[in-house]
Amino acid sequence: MKQLFLSLTLAAATLSGGHAFAQAPDQADEIIRGHYQALLTDCAACHTKAGAKPLSGGAPLHTPFGDLIPPNITPDRETGIGKWTKEEFRSALKQGVGHDGKRLYPAMPYPAYTKMSDQDVDDLWSYIQTVEPVSNAVEANQLPFPFNIRLSMLGWNMLNFTPGEFKPDPAKSPEWNRGAYIVEGAGHCGTCHTPKNLTGADKDGVTLQGASLQGWYAPNITGNTHIGVGSWSDEEIVQYLKTGQNSHSIASGPMREAVQESTSMLSDADLKAIAVYIKSVDGGPSDKPKAVAADDPHMKAGGMIYHDTCSACHGLEGKGAKQLFPALAGSPLVQQPSAETLTHLVLYGSQGATTAAAPTTPSMPALGWRLNDQQVADVLTYIRNSWGNAAAAVAPADVKDKR
Amino acid sequence: MTTILPRKDVVIVGLGWTGAILAQELTDEGLDVLAIERGPWRDTSTDFNIGYAQDELRYAIRRDLFLQPATEAMTMRNNLSQTALPMREYGSFLPGSGVGGAGVHWNGHTWRFFNTDFKIADNLTQRYGADRVSELQLQNWGVESAELEKHYDKFEYLAGISGKAGNINGQIQPGGNPFEDPRSREYPLPPLDMTYAPTLFAEATRSLGLHPFPTPAANVSRDYINPLGIAMGQCTMCGFCERFGCANYSKSSAQTTILPVLMKKKNFEVRTDSEVLRIELDASGKNARGVTYVNTSGEEFFQPADMVLLCAYGLHNVRLMLLSGIGQPYDPNTGEGTVGRNYCYQTNAGAQVFFDDKNFNPFVAAGALGQTLDDYNGDAFDHGGLDFVGGAGINCIPTNGRPIQTRPTPPGTPRWGKDWKQATVNAYKSTLSFSAQGSSYPTRGNYLDLDPTYKDRFGRPLLRVTFDFPDNDIRMSNWVSDRMEEIAKSFGAKQYVNTRRKKGWDSVPYQSTHNTGGAVMGEDSKTSSVNKYLQSWDVSNLFVIGASAFAHNAGKNPTGTVGALAYHTADAIRQQYLRNPGQPLVSA
Repeated sequence: MKQLFLSLTLAAATLSGGHAFAQAPDQADEIIRGHYQALLTDCAACHTKAGAKPLSGGAPLHTPFGDLIPPNITPDRETGIGKWTKEEFRSALKQGVGHDGKRLYPAMPYPAYTKMSDQDVDDLWSYIQTVEPVSNAVEANQLPFPFNIRLSMLGWNMLNFTPGEFKPDPAKSPEWNRGAYIVEGAGHCGTCHTPKNLTGADKDGVTLQGASLQGWYAPNITGNTHIGVGSWSDEEIVQYLKTGQNSHSIASGPMREAVQESTSMLSDADLKAIAVYIKSVDGGPSDKPKAVAADDPHMKAGGMIYHDTCSACHGLEGKGAKQLFPALAGSPLVQQPSAETLTHLVLYGSQGATTAAAPTTPSMPALGWRLNDQQVADVLTYIRNSWGNAAAAVAPADVKDKR
Repeated sequence: MTTILPRKDVVIVGLGWTGAILAQELTDEGLDVLAIERGPWRDTSTDFNIGYAQDELRYAIRRDLFLQPATEAMTMRNNLSQTALPMREYGSFLPGSGVGGAGVHWNGHTWRFFNTDFKIADNLTQRYGADRVSELQLQNWGVESAELEKHYDKFEYLAGISGKAGNINGQIQPGGNPFEDPRSREYPLPPLDMTYAPTLFAEATRSLGLHPFPTPAANVSRDYINPLGIAMGQCTMCGFCERFGCANYSKSSAQTTILPVLMKKKNFEVRTDSEVLRIELDASGKNARGVTYVNTSGEEFFQPADMVLLCAYGLHNVRLMLLSGIGQPYDPNTGEGTVGRNYCYQTNAGAQVFFDDKNFNPFVAAGALGQTLDDYNGDAFDHGGLDFVGGAGINCIPTNGRPIQTRPTPPGTPRWGKDWKQATVNAYKSTLSFSAQGSSYPTRGNYLDLDPTYKDRFGRPLLRVTFDFPDNDIRMSNWVSDRMEEIAKSFGAKQYVNTRRKKGWDSVPYQSTHNTGGAVMGEDSKTSSVNKYLQSWDVSNLFVIGASAFAHNAGKNPTGTVGALAYHTADAIRQQYLRNPGQPLVSA
């Protein structure tokens, strides 16, 4: 271990060698920076199972191609990445090729991490060396034939993967560039929020415009003012990422984890940079669709269910309550093209994000036992088309699929 | 076979209001705290789901959230000459069970007691002479209002109490209770918007020269974020408070004001469905070693701890002390001993006024949405020419219009059939009710002990309650009922009914869950179980927190004072006890 520290220190010294009064920097700086990179990249989201030791291997990821189990990435020599070199680690993150030339599956978001700087990846490496080594053998590849052939990723990469570091746009502000660097790189927001093509790769031209995953719909987070975050102020976006809630929304589902494990611990400057950048991303037309008419029978039925079951918390005008009940009026989440998240919330309930700044942890109760498919569809159609909201009606068949 | 577990700094018995407050405060101090709760885990969206929370049959009639006698029953009698019998159903009072305790299903009336309550023996003796109180066993509490003010304040801000101050730093405030002792600032939230019945009551009583004011309510009148950062939502006035959990995060409870923060602390743990059998003492009998508890599989565990905090329901605190051999059991024949002493209750009376032409829409309601007057409460009025001490708060708080239990009918209505149905239709919207919540003062013969005959499922003796309304309290209640009759008459309605309190406490019909005393606080270790910080006089690392500490019961709901005493204890532990652990904070 001593040997390793020494070589790291030398490497860091080499990197900062350009400074006139360069001295071997305290290795603690690297590790602290690396810890921040681990928050940005949110390694734990996939590589730590609930209740298990950090980074010792995750819960199975269900992909359209089969299951993958996020491996143990602690420095354990037998079952973790203790035998890896720094170069192999860098290659894994930026090229999708790990120890001994083994190809990674892009569930590991190397198509995003490739944009990270070598410095940031090296810092992350330094930090991971300090994590407690845990012996936990994980067979990552649970895919069926032919997807279980790792070499097939060579073809996938040819089709879908453009390696290369982030290139700042000199025409934009440093803040915008920082935001783009985080969102497209370490933050890998598109992994959830960008629609995927048939091979599971990001579709072109629809970056961050919303996608389905694990029974939820990761909403449009572009500058679209109707269904994106274009109508939110920078401060409101920062507040959402920092605390898990703002006056428009409360993080739930997979975003609850992302807020709790990652964004709530990022610097305010980085969160502001993220806000500036995502608001600048083109999110498709912001025109509102035509709202379903208030006298539509499904709207009327939905309205009665809303008054009876939902209004006590979300309010007769859909305004909600601070840090407790999300507003429905004007909510981009409510008006996504897909009602998948809303359906999930009504059927099964959900607990909101909890952070030091907003510890309430309010929950939506499950109502699937009480409302049938038609009723869920009607009440969702109602909230998607009331108080100025406008979105496609929800069909009972969509609800049935979710049960 | 008892499994011995790794030690904890603090073990808390019961995770209701007081357990949660103490756990929150002591984990802030860095201590490793474990709460052991007899009942289940409960939380808002999972257990008080908006889709079924307002089920009157399940919760109000079948009493889903309450302690069931199969888990722990009690025996009752009116006096020493009777043989107590166990109840098959809880009736007169309904203790809670589970995380949040009775604080889950309360109405939310949140009071401060008068300073004349805390100094009751001194005050009444000096003002009216020793003869007036000779039939009573009155004792000072060892604290005063001024000392508790900041703790009341802390509880009220934690719980987002909605009310109107009557006295801020000695300045009487228009619209508040002019009889209250000085408070340091306004309530955290304004009063709830009044419904019609309390508004009419306020007008009527004001015109009689009385001083009605909005009842301080733990049903939040506005969205609120408490000092721990926990958000509550404005009360919707659904009228399902008492006997129900709140589905809307609108009623203050451990769940809605503390647990979201407490449960995330690494130095806190709760074990639910685990019943503490006894507190274990060391050989000297002066130190608690921890507690023995049993889980639902019947496995027994010994949990060692440096401190034990009894935070169960008041009556259960007393029983656990008796079962564990802590303190000298009270003997009603000699008046000696402390554990079980000064058990008190509440001396209630009611009035109903039947109108022809009013519509009160009683279903628009909240547990504490109403008006109170303290003109006849405690020692707020001169008892010089009277033959009793004490008094009652008079409350017009229409808590609900629920279809099964709220069926007022005027006298002369048949008990069933077509005429009864028609009468309930006529009276449902047009009846105004108000009540007197009377003080309950201790006597030598009202007390708690272990029943000599009846045992629980673990073979432990049940608690025996020996109680009847003291003659003083009956005289008080009758006098207050006369005043209520004057108020009822003043409405000029077609009919009114006064229900007077009579001697002979009956444990069957519901009256109040304000059972107090039995492990009372005080200045003298001969007449109290715990000192002013609720530390046991006998076992220095044991604190007994709750209404069990009340030296008598006032004409007010107890929870506000229970909350203040909990903070008072937490403050004493943090500021004093931990500097010199295991030592008495007050020398006996």
